[in-house]
Amino acid sequence: MTAIAPGNGSAPLTRKDFVSDQEVRWCPGCGDYAILAQTQKLMPELGVPKEKIVFVSGIGCSSRLPYYMNTYGFHSIHGRAPAIASGLKISRPDLQVWVVTGDGDGLSIGGNHLLHVMRRNVDLVIVLFNNRIYGLTKGQYSPTSTLGQRTKTSPAGVIDYPLNPLSVALGAEATFVARTLDVDVHHLIATLERAAQHKGTSFVEVYQNCVVYNDDAFEGFADKTVRADRTIQLEHGKPLVFGKERDQGIRMNGLTPEVVELAGGVSEAELLVHDEHREDPTLANLLARMMHPDFPVPLGVLRAVERPTYEVLLEQQLRDAVSRQGEGDLAALLMEGDTWVVD
Amino acid sequence: MTAQDGTQELDRVTIRFAGDSGDGMQLAGQQFTNTSAIFGNDVSTLPDYPAEIRAPAGSLPGVSSFQVSFSSDEIYTPGDAPDVLVAMNPAALKTNLADLLRGGTVIINSDEFTETNLRKAGYAENPLHDGSLGSYRVIEVPITILNARALKDSELTAQQIDRCKNAFAIGLMFWLYERPTEPTLHWFETKFAKNPAVASANAATLKAGYHFGETAELFPIHYRVPKAHLAPGTYRNITGNEATALGFLAASKLSGRPLFYGSYPITPASDILEELAKLKHFGVKTFQAEDEIAAVSSAIGAAFGGCLGLTATSGPGFCLKMEAIGLAVMTELPLVICDIQRSGPSTGMPTKTEQADLLQALYGRNGESPVAVVAPATPAECFTMAIEAYRIALRHMVPTVFLSDGYLGSASEPWRLPSIDDLPSIDVTFASDPETFHPYARDPETLARPWAVPGTPGLEHRIGGLEKADITGNVSYDAANHWRMVRYRAEKVERIANDIPNLEVLGEAEGELLVLGWGSTYGAILSAVQRAWANGASVSCAHLRYLNPFPRNLGDVLSRFERVLIPELNLGQLLLLIRGRYLVDAVGLNQVTGRPFKIGEIEEKIHELSRRKVSVR
Repeated sequence: MTAIAPGNGSAPLTRKDFVSDQEVRWCPGCGDYAILAQTQKLMPELGVPKEKIVFVSGIGCSSRLPYYMNTYGFHSIHGRAPAIASGLKISRPDLQVWVVTGDGDGLSIGGNHLLHVMRRNVDLVIVLFNNRIYGLTKGQYSPTSTLGQRTKTSPAGVIDYPLNPLSVALGAEATFVARTLDVDVHHLIATLERAAQHKGTSFVEVYQNCVVYNDDAFEGFADKTVRADRTIQLEHGKPLVFGKERDQGIRMNGLTPEVVELAGGVSEAELLVHDEHREDPTLANLLARMMHPDFPVPLGVLRAVERPTYEVLLEQQLRDAVSRQGEGDLAALLMEGDTWVVD
Repeated sequence: MTAQDGTQELDRVTIRFAGDSGDGMQLAGQQFTNTSAIFGNDVSTLPDYPAEIRAPAGSLPGVSSFQVSFSSDEIYTPGDAPDVLVAMNPAALKTNLADLLRGGTVIINSDEFTETNLRKAGYAENPLHDGSLGSYRVIEVPITILNARALKDSELTAQQIDRCKNAFAIGLMFWLYERPTEPTLHWFETKFAKNPAVASANAATLKAGYHFGETAELFPIHYRVPKAHLAPGTYRNITGNEATALGFLAASKLSGRPLFYGSYPITPASDILEELAKLKHFGVKTFQAEDEIAAVSSAIGAAFGGCLGLTATSGPGFCLKMEAIGLAVMTELPLVICDIQRSGPSTGMPTKTEQADLLQALYGRNGESPVAVVAPATPAECFTMAIEAYRIALRHMVPTVFLSDGYLGSASEPWRLPSIDDLPSIDVTFASDPETFHPYARDPETLARPWAVPGTPGLEHRIGGLEKADITGNVSYDAANHWRMVRYRAEKVERIANDIPNLEVLGEAEGELLVLGWGSTYGAILSAVQRAWANGASVSCAHLRYLNPFPRNLGDVLSRFERVLIPELNLGQLLLLIRGRYLVDAVGLNQVTGRPFKIGEIEEKIHELSRRKVSVR
């Protein structure tokens, strides 16, 4: 393998170094532009040589992103990006591998791969663009489309109960689970940065607006005018407070969270305190189930726990095997077992 | 020829061990095989076992068998009909008797012919008493009781003792065919090193079986099959799947690229995953994926990363991998896919063999999606063809299918160990110069695109399943470009023909009849042709190891024969290709039973074609 010399004295990289020469072909107004821009902006901050970064994607609007990144990229087949990325990362642990997927790609056709990559804790950053619709195929409902949603293939309304991507990730034992918004670029880039720094599978759901087939799907809580009152920014070690006036909070009532008014005599000390490092996923699960309009929509890192990654464990097994058996010797291996000589 | 000491010399003997799937018949057969190989015979084997791990004891579907042929001459098949059948219970007798040579010997564990077992096997009458075995030489041995008696002082439980009875049968057969007992006794010691009581019980009952043969006067004579005259060298016995795994490891060593093996368990390919998983000290990374699609996809990811991306499967999994193989075609990555073919369609008969995936390998994907296809002809040849698969994939940057089958995978033969120095070198060059690099520029000779792996500064580029523009690799929907790229991909595979050996003809280079085969039918075809030669027939044979592209001289070879016969374990897939490609009026010999051809079946067809030709004249 060619040796890489990071920090070889050349000028520091900027966002422009990560912009490919390909014309971006998403619809005007698509939320993907913001995600692309923040991703490109983040890259120079990561301290990873450009040639060591790979973006792997499946099929769908979101999966076109690798073409626009001036890094190594692999636009693969529908749903299989986690599997391709797994093979790449396991065989080349020196690379930083990103997976770009969508709600259809990642949770429908590729649901199985998404589950298994997360449980194995392969060190990948998975960014799932959730627009609750099939955009590239022009407007069919997806596994995250809401009940009753009218689309071209559900003219009478969706009757499939939707998946909650965060619950899926937590159920699959993901060690890093977060959610952010395409329209909140500061939160978006901060969340992606946290995800990139995490060792193990990072799963980030980005609520992303499809301007053509599912416009304003998240407007009810993502719009600037209501966002502060209808979302809650998760901060490790801090009580769950939200609202433009920071006057509301989440308190546990038995096993159920409830929204309480801080003005009404409830003190912050009674509120639920966020702990993203809890090994036990109960709190993260509980947060993942808080949905609009009954609750503020949680944004930020729900869970960030440390576990050895798959590729590190595998490398360790290889080293252990060598120290136990010595470096493999092909000629000796061929001679193993019962041999005999014919003169 | 019967000698004074009560031994008779034979050229070749075929034995089938048959019993319940819990009776250890595979182990008995393998020990007999290894011992015969070490003794110096040529050997060939045919394991046959049910897909169910433990079908109900004593039932017909629960029968497991292992056929071994050993000879003082070179042999190429496990024999058409066994000379000797060892039947450990009534079900084993019932399912295997029809294959036994008329007049052959049946050695029966008479203890198991109880009313219950007879009923389970569907016998209304006890065949030992109703005269139905009249045309065979029947030797009844109370193996269960003799085994229990031999181990009466053992500390094992009654059930454990009963499980040793296959060793008694092995011992008996060792005596009957003058085999040394030491290799198996040594094997017991190693295999059961952690459980010395089991090791010593197996050893004791094996010796008891041997001595029983010597003392009981059931066998008037015993038999000797002298050593075969094999080419000088060091040998070991090897199955096709073992040889396949070793071949891929060798390809990794020869190319200097790490081996990454992504696979999902499937019969009969799982052995390869199990073998490679043991080779961590060679730096081999095995990845048991969540499904067949993830298995091939992970191998594609590894190939993108500059490693030897490998996956193996069998028919149903091969279907699932097709879309991803198409991606490897489009991205022009050196992926190798093994298909250990089994009986289909659908789940079919998982443990039975077939050659019916050839057209799927060639044409099973959407679009014009050419891949290279190679097929080993014998178990040992799986080693060299695995190396070939990678030599082709890497030099031509093309997905390559390695088509083996269940019979080749589980059958074994003596393998003359190659010297590592004699193996072909596999050169790998990564692109490294940003000034000249274009992802889809092509080598003028092979049309291969450069292998540019992540981590190389200045070569950042994007590949994917969308059609790529010539040279730049950018996404392109241009009509003329698509047409050019379709032809490039096809031509690239065609040019592999410049890089593979010509087809070799055994027998006269021209004449009346050519028998053309591929894959595991080699042994049966060669043996049938040799028999036909002995009868004075004008017939030659040739065996294709390269199915796509074909060797350059194939058309020429075909044109030199008046007739071409293509035996295949399918409904005529190579036949279709040959007829379509070369406009040759070849005829097929087709059989899809889950079993390999018998020599006699091919011999008969050769004979029939010769006769018909005579009658036409």
